[in-house]
Amino acid sequence: MLNFIDTVGEAVAGIQDGSTVMIGGFGNAGQPFELIDALMDCGAKDLTLVNNNAGQGDQGLALLIKEGRVRKMICSFPRQSDSWHFDAKFRAGEIELELVPQGNLAERIRAAGAGIGGFFTPTGYGTTLAEGKETRLLDGKWQVFETPIHADVALIKALKADGKGNLVYRKTARNFGPIMAAAAKHTIVQVSEIVPTGALDPENVVTPGIYVNSVVRVDPAGSNSAAIDTEQVA
Amino acid sequence: MSTQTSIQTSEKPLGRDELAQLVARDIVRGSFVNLGIGQPTLVSNYLTEEQNITLHTENGMLGMGPAAVGDDVDGDLINAGKIPVTELPGASYFHHADSFAIMRGGHLDICVLGAFQVSASGDLANWHTGAPDAIPAVGGAMDLATGAKDVFVMMTLLTREGASKLVEQCTYPLTGVGCVTRVYTDKAVFLIGADGVTVRETFGCTFEEIQILVPLSLKPAE
Repeated sequence: MLNFIDTVGEAVAGIQDGSTVMIGGFGNAGQPFELIDALMDCGAKDLTLVNNNAGQGDQGLALLIKEGRVRKMICSFPRQSDSWHFDAKFRAGEIELELVPQGNLAERIRAAGAGIGGFFTPTGYGTTLAEGKETRLLDGKWQVFETPIHADVALIKALKADGKGNLVYRKTARNFGPIMAAAAKHTIVQVSEIVPTGALDPENVVTPGIYVNSVVRVDPAGSNSAAIDTEQVA
Repeated sequence: MSTQTSIQTSEKPLGRDELAQLVARDIVRGSFVNLGIGQPTLVSNYLTEEQNITLHTENGMLGMGPAAVGDDVDGDLINAGKIPVTELPGASYFHHADSFAIMRGGHLDICVLGAFQVSASGDLANWHTGAPDAIPAVGGAMDLATGAKDVFVMMTLLTREGASKLVEQCTYPLTGVGCVTRVYTDKAVFLIGADGVTVRETFGCTFEEIQILVPLSLKPAE
């Protein structure tokens, strides 16, 4: 069931304590900042978050970690020059980390969306990140068994949605969006523009609307709330 | 036994840019290449148009152009190091699972990575120092090491303390097993094969001097 929602606050309102939430983006490209801020405001806690990183600076995901709302982080690259909130929680033993090679992270998310129960890959074989995992010699290469990563909710950013929830992205901001949309039970998308059904060339749709549950438009020039304020003033 | 060295090709050790230039020259025309973050990125400065190299960046693009400046900076167009870049004609975008399938599926010809250590059998250690208080972060290193047809490493031959980074067995945590095919260092280029480690050329020193620095049995290129 597809819903078009007026505000990011309403879009994330149903996210429960203890949920697993995938958050799209690589660096700032494709990060759904306004949805993350709304997740912060809605108060959900005890979250397991799936993202490539573990927050940067004093915004978005980093704030969720700082405020103690994240129980566990599943990511490939938590350590950055400005990941101080994650670093502090990790060193204090207040956050669990599942460190996943980036390609395994992507493929495990993809597997969840595709109904695959697990897969063997050479990535990580013989390393500490494969310790305790089943291995097999396949096609002459030692491979490691990896399981899918499912989520209750995905928060992603796309460029445009049409009336059917079909999505197109922009440049490298696409990154995790399409696979997270498929992997989560409930996918919430923030877009810069909602276009009429039929306005997207079906040949160019990247994420078919079947994977999308909620669409909220966020003015790319400013935050969602600022856009509403402007309308009220006008 | 003294080997009459004919493989010394430079009077001095190579600087970072000279090394990048050498790696660039060795990349076969028409290759699909991923350049790791840091020193390997310098290689892109020396690729020529005539080589027709397509650069892959694992966040989801083939046909990456040079770093973006001025009005070309676009927050939606970045490389794996999160630096704004440009797109070249013929570029393509894809999602993260497709991008890593390009890597993991063996479609990339070459990736160039930095390293803490490389072993005689081509094991790579480049993601973690193993220090107990270090926050681990792996990114795409293990996928790149395992997936590309050829893995070239760029590093200084010696640590600051003077120990060889080319070793019999890695003591740092591994990134990949038996994956490195070539090691480019400031003092020599090493080829890693089933028959052992061959010194292809040396810079500012002789084969014998390299053999003294590196604690494993080396062969000079014929």
